[in-house]
Amino acid sequence: MAPVDPLQGKELLKGNVAIAEAAIRAGLQAYFGYPITPQTELLEHMSLRMPQLGRTFLQAESEVAAINMVYGAACAGVRVMTSSSGPGISLMQEGLSYIACSEVPVVIVDIMRGGPGLGNIQPTQADYNQLTKSAGHGDFHSIVLAPSSVQEAIDFTVLAFDLAEKYRTIVFVAGDGMIGQMMEPARLPPMQKVRTTRPDWALTGAKGREKNIITSLYLGGEVLESVNQRLQAKINRIRAEEVRYEEMLTDDADILVVAFGTTGRIAKTAIREARRQGVRVGLLRPITLFPFPFAPLDELSKRVKAILVVEMSAGQMVEDVRLGVWGRVPVHFYGRTGGVVPLPGEILDQILALAGRLDEPPSGELREFVGMSVSVS
Amino acid sequence: MEEQWVEQVVYQRPKSLSKVPTHYCPGCTHGLIHKLIGEVIDELGIRERTIAVAPVGCSVLLYNYFELDGAEAAHGRAPAMATGLKRVQPDKIVFTYQGDGDLASIGMAEIVWAATRGENITVFFINNAIYGMTGGQMAPTSLPGQVTRSSPMGRDVEMTGMPIRMAEMLAELPGASYVVRRSVHDIRTIKESKKAIRTAFRVQMAGAGFSLVEFLSSCPTNWGLTPYQSLDWIKQNMVPYYPLGDYKVADIVKDLK
Amino acid sequence: MQEEMIFSGFGGQGALFAGMVLAYAGMDSGKNVTWIPSYGPEMRGGTAHTTVIISDEEIGSPIVQRPSAALVLNNPSMEKYEPLVKEGGVLVYNSSLISITPRRTDIRYVPVPASDVANELGNVKMANMVALGALVTATGVLSLEAVIQALRDHLPESKHEMLEPNVQALRRGAELAEPVVA
Ligand SMILES: Cc1ncc(C[n+]2csc(CCOP(=O)(O)OP(=O)(O)O)c2C)c(N)n1
Repeated sequence: MAPVDPLQGKELLKGNVAIAEAAIRAGLQAYFGYPITPQTELLEHMSLRMPQLGRTFLQAESEVAAINMVYGAACAGVRVMTSSSGPGISLMQEGLSYIACSEVPVVIVDIMRGGPGLGNIQPTQADYNQLTKSAGHGDFHSIVLAPSSVQEAIDFTVLAFDLAEKYRTIVFVAGDGMIGQMMEPARLPPMQKVRTTRPDWALTGAKGREKNIITSLYLGGEVLESVNQRLQAKINRIRAEEVRYEEMLTDDADILVVAFGTTGRIAKTAIREARRQGVRVGLLRPITLFPFPFAPLDELSKRVKAILVVEMSAGQMVEDVRLGVWGRVPVHFYGRTGGVVPLPGEILDQILALAGRLDEPPSGELREFVGMSVSVS
Repeated sequence: MEEQWVEQVVYQRPKSLSKVPTHYCPGCTHGLIHKLIGEVIDELGIRERTIAVAPVGCSVLLYNYFELDGAEAAHGRAPAMATGLKRVQPDKIVFTYQGDGDLASIGMAEIVWAATRGENITVFFINNAIYGMTGGQMAPTSLPGQVTRSSPMGRDVEMTGMPIRMAEMLAELPGASYVVRRSVHDIRTIKESKKAIRTAFRVQMAGAGFSLVEFLSSCPTNWGLTPYQSLDWIKQNMVPYYPLGDYKVADIVKDLK
Repeated sequence: MQEEMIFSGFGGQGALFAGMVLAYAGMDSGKNVTWIPSYGPEMRGGTAHTTVIISDEEIGSPIVQRPSAALVLNNPSMEKYEPLVKEGGVLVYNSSLISITPRRTDIRYVPVPASDVANELGNVKMANMVALGALVTATGVLSLEAVIQALRDHLPESKHEMLEPNVQALRRGAELAEPVVA
């Protein structure tokens, strides 16, 4: 009989390192990046491991250069990624737009930090809009996966490569400083073999076949419109097929908390405590920020009496939630910004305050709460 | 004759420097270079019309340490920001202060074009052969074989190319008027650094074009050396690869003297 | 069981490492654990702290407002965390360096002359392990033997000459805390 392994193969892993190693085991062939806190351990791990395995690691002179190196490698049809944080993602936007239009698969890790501007290096979720809606000029959306634990960071990194190739699209793994810096026991996937074949669209030399061209330049209006229609059709397929989310204690919930990533797990602590105090509250945790889980939200909004959105931002995902509930129930917001992480007690206070007012007749109107840390008023 | 004791001021903090402690690590020479710049600004009497543009790097808080108007640029973009500041107010003295990652990696395009245009700004380039602020990764100026957090087996020049000699390179650009390299590893080099800072500012004051002083500077924390060993490391390892000297002194600058 | 602990000291005193040893021990004992460092732009000198949670259940929030136990190695850490420890919680403090007199009556104080003991054992850097030994005994979060085993299993090969002295430090710390527990 095999000895029982109490750890079940788990190791104590820091988020950044776990993501890097997961990507390597998913068959990553090339990494290009530029140091930025709080994701630097990811790049450092790559700098050691990739050359050891005979794979490509290069520290680019900037994120502008890094994303264009990633673009080139992706055109060659290899598994490639980069990682950064808000300021670097901003710099990559030009390249991202070109990549989206050219339809080459690329994985990008964003370990979000406080902003805007140079901001600070503490955790936030304020790149939500940037990643889900505006990661560059023109019409496109990328798939955005939001882990809330080190294990999920590993699993979603592996998934990201598969989705990127399935749809020939950009996939973001959207963590925050907490996910990047935290250590938790987690299990790494087995080492996959690096693929030796290349997709038939890749730029590998026109040997014995017609030449391949990868471009985002389409001068004619009709031509570019048809490209856009193709892109939109693909995005709609992603909307239909790739929604992921977690529900907790929603069956009998009067109050629904919507939160993702680190905030999602902090909200769980607050929700369990509120339950102990007799409040019927549950959680919807979007895992894909794009495509957003509109369908489950739609269902839940028919059953609950109020919704509380919690984010480490001044309110970005809350706009999608409002959109998704059709004004059926009041949508409240609680956010912290600047790298301040909401504590379970703060969220609990919001839930309890909301619970005390559920008897009030629903006004039917959207409730706007401007500013941060403002909510149930 | 009776001996007389007269109290005499032998040293004062330059007016251009703020009376605050800095955040630099013990033995780091950023602070020393700040002091030299402050002294020269005082001596030239230009404090009230000088504007500092800080980089992203260990000296990101530069404007806290100078009693001057100051701005904070995006990583590598200080020369562009300085260009804007200077073009709309040519009577001001504008300088940038940039690390090697900032100037020679991410901001290479910006520095080359500022020099090419002969922008009438002064650039202080702090070459410490490492990325200080992000915790010691390889810099464009890291030496061959140098072990850093992102070149754990030593900088492999087959893969990364050789370290860049910025002063030599920028001196080639017709727009550059004054480009020199100095160090701060002993009294003599410190004194020469100060003279170069003075000349660089005077070039700008005379409207004579782009001026740049490169300093070989220490980073004990990320080099893993003591402050004293660090100064020796500059002398033994950096100076041979980055020779000190004047790489471009345009005629217009010679005429200043 | 869920124990939420803060470890804090000057950068270089090893508060983060002590937390990590405990996190490893928790993991090896089959518990859920999280370890989060304070990470800041200062490379040296500032106060460094880490939050470690060890739990039988899934851990929600990895950060806490009121720790159930704290291990503090210097005065600034004492000032910051003494008021935050939960009622009935444990505060282990390095009495070699901390001059502040305890102010609360609703928590258990465990003064340990960690730096002095570590010095006696040959290296002041082991003060963190002395304090950790005391914390483990005072809270009962894990057995001392589990923590010692974690140190044996996870201390990098290159540091193995430090292993036995560190085990000693853990044991001395544990002994020092016993009267408080009794
Ligand atoms: C767009 C962007 N990418 C990356 C960073 C992270 N970053 C901050 S400072 C720095 C390098 C600093 O090195 P250097 O310019 O040599 O200055 P030093 O700190 O050594 O003085 C990096 C990569 C950033 N702030 N912005």
